[in-house]
Amino acid sequence: MFDQLGVVYAVVGAVLAALMAGIGSAKGVAMAGQAGAGVVTEDPSKFSKVLLLQLLPGTQGIYGLLVAFVTLNKIGALSGNLAQVDGATGMMLLFACVPMAVVGLISAIHQGRTSVASIGLVAKKPEQFGKAMLFPAMVETYAILALLISILAVNGIPV
Amino acid sequence: MAVLKMQRLAICAWKKNRKQILELLQRRGVVDIDTDAVEDEVFKRTDTAEARGAFERDVQLAEHALEILQQYVPEQKSMFSSLEGKELVSLEDYRRMEAAREAVMEKARRIEALSREAAECEAERKRLENEREALEPWKALDVPMSFAGTKRTGALVGTFPEQLSTEQLCARIEAGLTPEEGREAALPGYFAEVVSSDSSQSCVFILVRKEDAARVEEALRTEGFARPSRLEDRKPADRQAGLSDEIKKLEQKREELEKEVVSLAECREKLKLASDYYRIRLEKYEILGTLLQSKKTFLVTGYVPERAAAELAKELSENFTLAVEIADPAEEDEPPVLLANKTVPSSFEGVVEAFGLPGKGEIDPTTVMSACYIFLFGLMLSDAAYGFVVFAVCLAALLKFPRMQEGMRKSLRMFMYCGISTMFWGVMFGSYFGDVVDVVSRTFFGKEVTIPALWFVPLNEPMKMLVFSMLFGVIHLFLGLGMKGYMLLRDKKYLDFVCEVVFWYLLLIGLILILLPSQMFESISQMQFNFPPALNLAAKGMAIGGAVGILLMSGRGRKNWFLRVALGAYDLYGVTSWLSDVLSYSRLLALGLATGVIGTVINSMGAMLGGGIVGAIGFTLVFLIGHSINIGINLLGAYVHTNRLQYVEFFGKFYEGGGRPFNPFCIKTNYVEIKEEN
Repeated sequence: MFDQLGVVYAVVGAVLAALMAGIGSAKGVAMAGQAGAGVVTEDPSKFSKVLLLQLLPGTQGIYGLLVAFVTLNKIGALSGNLAQVDGATGMMLLFACVPMAVVGLISAIHQGRTSVASIGLVAKKPEQFGKAMLFPAMVETYAILALLISILAVNGIPV
Repeated sequence: MAVLKMQRLAICAWKKNRKQILELLQRRGVVDIDTDAVEDEVFKRTDTAEARGAFERDVQLAEHALEILQQYVPEQKSMFSSLEGKELVSLEDYRRMEAAREAVMEKARRIEALSREAAECEAERKRLENEREALEPWKALDVPMSFAGTKRTGALVGTFPEQLSTEQLCARIEAGLTPEEGREAALPGYFAEVVSSDSSQSCVFILVRKEDAARVEEALRTEGFARPSRLEDRKPADRQAGLSDEIKKLEQKREELEKEVVSLAECREKLKLASDYYRIRLEKYEILGTLLQSKKTFLVTGYVPERAAAELAKELSENFTLAVEIADPAEEDEPPVLLANKTVPSSFEGVVEAFGLPGKGEIDPTTVMSACYIFLFGLMLSDAAYGFVVFAVCLAALLKFPRMQEGMRKSLRMFMYCGISTMFWGVMFGSYFGDVVDVVSRTFFGKEVTIPALWFVPLNEPMKMLVFSMLFGVIHLFLGLGMKGYMLLRDKKYLDFVCEVVFWYLLLIGLILILLPSQMFESISQMQFNFPPALNLAAKGMAIGGAVGILLMSGRGRKNWFLRVALGAYDLYGVTSWLSDVLSYSRLLALGLATGVIGTVINSMGAMLGGGIVGAIGFTLVFLIGHSINIGINLLGAYVHTNRLQYVEFFGKFYEGGGRPFNPFCIKTNYVEIKEEN
């Protein structure tokens, strides 16, 4: 039974990566968007700067998608000819996806909060945009590291 | 590559020339005026608050008029209007406006008044319409609502807060008419009519004998009867007709007012010019307020870039009788910073400015940074086709709008150079819109064609790419350390140079050389290094030498040896930050993969409809939308993370910033640019 469900484990991993990272990004972008809308009502000329800051927590969702895609591709789910995946390999793929899923979810939410703070900064001091952008980017580093590990792991597991 | 050298400028001139001299300085725009000298008995500051307030009000008036015009006659603006730059106005036109400024401001006042009047008309119309609306239920009543009755009768006009039929109303009146107990029981006559009735109220008209009126009203009041709040002397229907006439008149009046505002739209350009004119004067008076003046003379002091100083001094002394003095800034002064670079690096000045201009004694990192920026940005986006799109769009915008604002031009040029680098790396890694060539050839032509990568495909060999990312990182970081070394050597701090730069180089290079031939590195990167034993020994020697050097010399300012070594040990611990800095460059791999893989996802989604015409149309749609989004998102990612690598990793090694930007006294306008004739 365990051995036959290899593909299922792998798909669960892929789905988790896309799902959790996506949820995190949606939350993060939403928070930043609400703050941004407030700033733009006061000063519409800050729209482009605020929009950039709002988009920053959106990348986790994309990284999640990426890991999901690489995983699905690995088991042949996209090309239509599913590979034979035994239980252990499936489990390995599932766990390989976990860093992106969990770190994606949490880091996107925190990055959203940082973006909100940075939007506040830009509202008061628009000339400090360069620095404001850096704070959310710091949080994203860890999502990138998780992405890296997930991709390297998925890539390295022989199917 | 440099921070422009600044000089102190001091002018002492006659007050009678004040206006011309200040105007000349403002037009040249090369002096950062700062008057820090204190007032004394002779030299005092003048209070210009009143004049400034007047100019500010004028600016606001012009702006408000423009806003109103924008409401009534929206200005047609193209999507790219922000790229077009300010309108060019000749000095002659400017002077003409200056002469006619009162007339222009009169127009602005007129526009403001018209708009206010139109708003009042609108409010009055709304009020009348409400009144007309309120009369609607009384329309059928053919006496005025203030009708009190005839000689013998009393009329009750009013409402009940519920729906009533005539029978219900009669029952209530009769209950009210019923005489007190013991009196004869004949019911007196009355007339009742429900004028209109809906679920929320009933309007009624009741006629009773005069002597009954008060009693009936009292009784009905307990049931909720109320007289209307407005009593008109005319019949409701007549009043309504009158109101309609008035409303029509108000509408006509408003239309006429609006027509006049629209006819005034032709002076929009003049208003813009006037707004800028007052803005320029406001700036002048702000500066004037900071200047020290005696009875007959005034002083101007400030910083001027060396290259403009002599010319300015010459122009000033030729045209006016004044004393001008130019000197190098004193040791303790902190002159403002103005960067001057060649074309390519100057595009990246904005990135440096966003972090902070070079502080005192620091070099301008723009040139070195711009090279790294182009290199790393290309690596992160790394798609030849995306690079071409970015390059072409920026180039087209730069060529089409030659007069765009300086900051905008610099950013577009920056992205254009980054686009070129992106194309280069795309070709190296064989990525063109992801794998569009493969997908299209396979789906529509049945034969898969692949453009081979010039170097290697990172998705197939991620470990190799990771190692190279870190290699680029090490080079970038070493470059940063090198910049620090250069600054120390320039300042002749040789001991600092050895302790803070050379020892670190020794330690880090030694450590890397020890790591490379190790088993662990080989298993990660699948790359094998076999060094001769001498080199291995040398590596160990370098690492130990560097470490000992740092341990002993970091705290060289301390006399206490225990403290000194402890500080050294703490500094040595900084090697971990080097490790994390290098690992940080793994984002080069991750972002590069992100671009490529999402591009691939888009292509395979497009190809899902298969070949044929339908497939081709579907593919084109998915391709256009998907890749536009992907370019956008990855441009943002590459921009943000290249900035981060520069700010945190690279600048962290040698650069602090904190310089004060050069803020010259110049013509600052919102709408127009005044063409200088000489």
